[in-house]
Amino acid sequence: MIVETGHFALVLALALALVNAGVPLWGIAARDRRLMAVAPSVAFAGFLLIAISYAALTYAHVTSDFSLVNVIENSHSAKPLIYKITGVWGNHEGSMLLWVLILSLFAAAVAVSGRAMPIDLHAAVLAVQSWIAAAFLLFILLTSNPFARLVNPPIEGNDLNPLLQDPGLAIHPPLLYLGYVGLSITFSFAAAALICGRIDAVWARLVRPWTLAAWTFLTLGIAMGSYWAYYTLGWGGFWFWDPVENASLMPWIAATALLHSATVMEKREALKVWTIFLAILAFSLSLVGTFIVRSGVLTSVHAFANDPRRGVFILAILVFFIGGSLLLFALRANALKPGGFFVPVSREGALVLNNLVLSTCCATVFIGTLYPLALQALNGAKISVGPPFFNLTFVPLFLPLCAVMPIAQTLAWKRGDLLGSVQRLFFAFVCGAALMLFLAVARGGPAISILLAGLAVYLMIGAFTDLGTRIFGRAALVNGHVLRHALGLPRSTYGTALAHAGIGLSLLGLAATGWGAQKILAMKPGDVARVGSYELALESVGPQTGPNYTATVAHMAIRSGGSKVAQIDPAVRFYPTRQMSRSEAGIKTIDFGQVYVGISDGTTPGSVNARLYWKPLVTFIWFGAIVMALGGLCSLSDRRLRIGVARRVRKLAVAPQAAE
Amino acid sequence: MLWGIFALLTGAAVLAVLWPLAKPVQKAASPDVAFYRAKLDEIERDAELAAISPQDAQAAKTEAARQLLAAAEKDEPKPTLGVSPLRPRLVAIVALVFIPALALGLYTYLGHPDWPDEPLEARLNAPAESMDINAAIAKVEAHLAQHPDDGLGYVVLVPAYLRLGRIEDAVHAAQMALQKLGENPQRLAAYGETLVFANHGIVTEEARRLFTRALAAGAEPKALFFLGLAASQEGDKTNARAYWQKLLAQSPPNAPWRSDLTARLAALSGEAAAPDPAAAIAALPAAEREAAIRAMIDKLAARLAENGQDIDGWLRLVRAYKVMNEVDKARAALAAARRDFGGNAAATARLDALAHELGLNS
Repeated sequence: MIVETGHFALVLALALALVNAGVPLWGIAARDRRLMAVAPSVAFAGFLLIAISYAALTYAHVTSDFSLVNVIENSHSAKPLIYKITGVWGNHEGSMLLWVLILSLFAAAVAVSGRAMPIDLHAAVLAVQSWIAAAFLLFILLTSNPFARLVNPPIEGNDLNPLLQDPGLAIHPPLLYLGYVGLSITFSFAAAALICGRIDAVWARLVRPWTLAAWTFLTLGIAMGSYWAYYTLGWGGFWFWDPVENASLMPWIAATALLHSATVMEKREALKVWTIFLAILAFSLSLVGTFIVRSGVLTSVHAFANDPRRGVFILAILVFFIGGSLLLFALRANALKPGGFFVPVSREGALVLNNLVLSTCCATVFIGTLYPLALQALNGAKISVGPPFFNLTFVPLFLPLCAVMPIAQTLAWKRGDLLGSVQRLFFAFVCGAALMLFLAVARGGPAISILLAGLAVYLMIGAFTDLGTRIFGRAALVNGHVLRHALGLPRSTYGTALAHAGIGLSLLGLAATGWGAQKILAMKPGDVARVGSYELALESVGPQTGPNYTATVAHMAIRSGGSKVAQIDPAVRFYPTRQMSRSEAGIKTIDFGQVYVGISDGTTPGSVNARLYWKPLVTFIWFGAIVMALGGLCSLSDRRLRIGVARRVRKLAVAPQAAE
Repeated sequence: MLWGIFALLTGAAVLAVLWPLAKPVQKAASPDVAFYRAKLDEIERDAELAAISPQDAQAAKTEAARQLLAAAEKDEPKPTLGVSPLRPRLVAIVALVFIPALALGLYTYLGHPDWPDEPLEARLNAPAESMDINAAIAKVEAHLAQHPDDGLGYVVLVPAYLRLGRIEDAVHAAQMALQKLGENPQRLAAYGETLVFANHGIVTEEARRLFTRALAAGAEPKALFFLGLAASQEGDKTNARAYWQKLLAQSPPNAPWRSDLTARLAALSGEAAAPDPAAAIAALPAAEREAAIRAMIDKLAARLAENGQDIDGWLRLVRAYKVMNEVDKARAALAAARRDFGGNAAATARLDALAHELGLNS
């Protein structure tokens, strides 16, 4: 009864989404506020229905109701409870249901926060969001129904893919979906702005929290996915330029550009075309990502069961929304009046550069991801576009961008003073150069790591330079209230500094990979291997039994200078239901670096094949992302309006510069 | 109960549309003007905090004030407050008709309103008479994992496995039952039956021996039925009729197999279209067909080796070997038949004619 109620609620949600995709737009066309007023309440009801449906599916998974095909295919009665709950989205059908749940959650959030919005914009945003919801609900019900059932239920299920039986499954997909789906709201805002002809600073202010939230979640989601791959795949890599990873990176780059572009629009009413375009692009790319991952054009742990019908359906959704929004864009292009004036050397100019570079980055990733797929579809040729391609295209674009970032932060709005900005960054330059010199003498190489490390330090110090000048600048010192002044600065300024410093921190972690050590060898109990400045002693190898797996565990001691520092127990687990193995790396974090050991069964009983790594400062890569996300949250907490002060007279003095 | 919940949900969904339609329309605020007012206040505050210099504040204020004026002057056609009741009524009708119609229509197409939830706990703990077969099997299997010597467990598993088409498990369970509890007519016949299933309905020689043993040990309807089936598969209508008539005579008047048996007997007498074993075999997939034919040939050969006084049988066997391209075996069978019918001129003539036809004379 509960299961069928969930199924019915999902169908009912589709009916409501269709109503909400039409009635508010009619209201806008007829200028009838009564019809527009329908949108929020229907959006909220739709969210409640999808939540009921999702709860019913979760109930079926938790109680191992094997009359549902979805539960049979992805669950097992012996699976630990946490994986019964997370397993709901650890498969195609359930994850699509989570997708629409989050979609409707965002719609409900927009519905209840509509007080400050013009009513027509509010109704249009919810209507566009309902279009998306209706498309995906249809997709779920017709091609990927999680409530499909069997008359004669088996007594046991096929278990969840072992790679997914991990706490990472509880964190990575929901965060990533909050990011992906959050971008649907910015898309809906963009489409609504085009529909209502409201493309102005007010719109930019209203869309700001949604962009920030989506970007923050996406950042965390990608970082957690990367860390999960790092410790689960067992060979120490954290980013592979894999199409699935690229599928999440592309919307992130577009969302990053959107975030910056929308600031300009809010403060100076400029870059309207850019902002609308980026909002459409960001969500389009997350749809492209969904298509790549779910259509079966590639196989990976994310692909689940593939079905060509699904690919065609998603492609149709993709074409409809991208084509539709671009058409709307073209029709309304003449309504986009040019905004505030600015010269090339200004904060606006720098952000245009940022948009250009990020869009180009996005395009290179897009080509590198889709070109091999398209080629394979056309003539069956299999080419692999791996790290070399991206190192030659993406990296040379991104690193100069990092170098310019602090300069842009210190430029004034409308008319900037390049020389003054560079002068103020003197301290950051010196610190970066000093570190590079020190590393060149102490380490001697590799050159790219030294360069990256120097850039990273310059970026981190540079990120806070603007903030420092403003807090300790002349105006503050004259009044003598440094603390009061610091508190008075908009939190978004702190957010910017934190987010940029986070990129620096990640870069530092990447730079340090050049100083890592690794060793691949067969070990038997009693063997000792040296990696970096640590000695790893294999003490014993033994079996272990889990709820739904058996494992071989290697007990290892980490020693440094003769004394034991820590104990790690890397393991390789075997899941009999799926006849699959997965590695459980042994990881010990020491001073932000990690000793990392992955094992596989050895050729002789009692021995193991071990991959040993010492990765200095490797955690900075993910801490950097967390700092970036904190920057996003900090900026999100800032409810104040943002003021972009336009300079009228160009000043050469190092006077306290204009506000952010 | 379920339909009650559906009605409730549908009602709530329709209300979500009707409720805002019925509410009085609020007066339109002007968020644009409010936005630039707030911006002016914000600049004022920043200037007070000395976050921006006085001349910057002045410049920013000028720009914001200009935008405020523009927003206030913007000749925006005010949305109508809605005097005509036509549109809301139309929307209400759409909501009242479209939402229940679509939801119920699509749901009845996709859903299974009469299927209950099947949580595993409840299935495993259900009383025996209402327990579903998978759960019941799982329970017995779990019991056998604990007490592997309980032969009765295997006995009950055999028909359950057969019902689910788990033939290999059924064969194994029947073997285990024989091993743990020893032979009796029922267990022998049950084992034979699983072998028939495993061979796609063909009664193999091994199965036939089991049924014969079962019949020797006591009256067993299953053995009688399958021995009759074996005979009919070999084309031996006389014996088939004998077994089945005996079974019919023994069967109580309300036995469920009576009607089927009568039909089979009628078919044997040629009154109805005979269920043709050849046609049944032809319908099988290629690999299985080959196996089925081979099983039939082996059975025929074994029977003739026991009792060779069946000239039709021998003729069929020789022809079959030739068809299967096993010329040596065909010649051997021909020789064996000639030995058995050494003094029978008519039979020898038929054998000679066949040998000539198939080119087996050397």
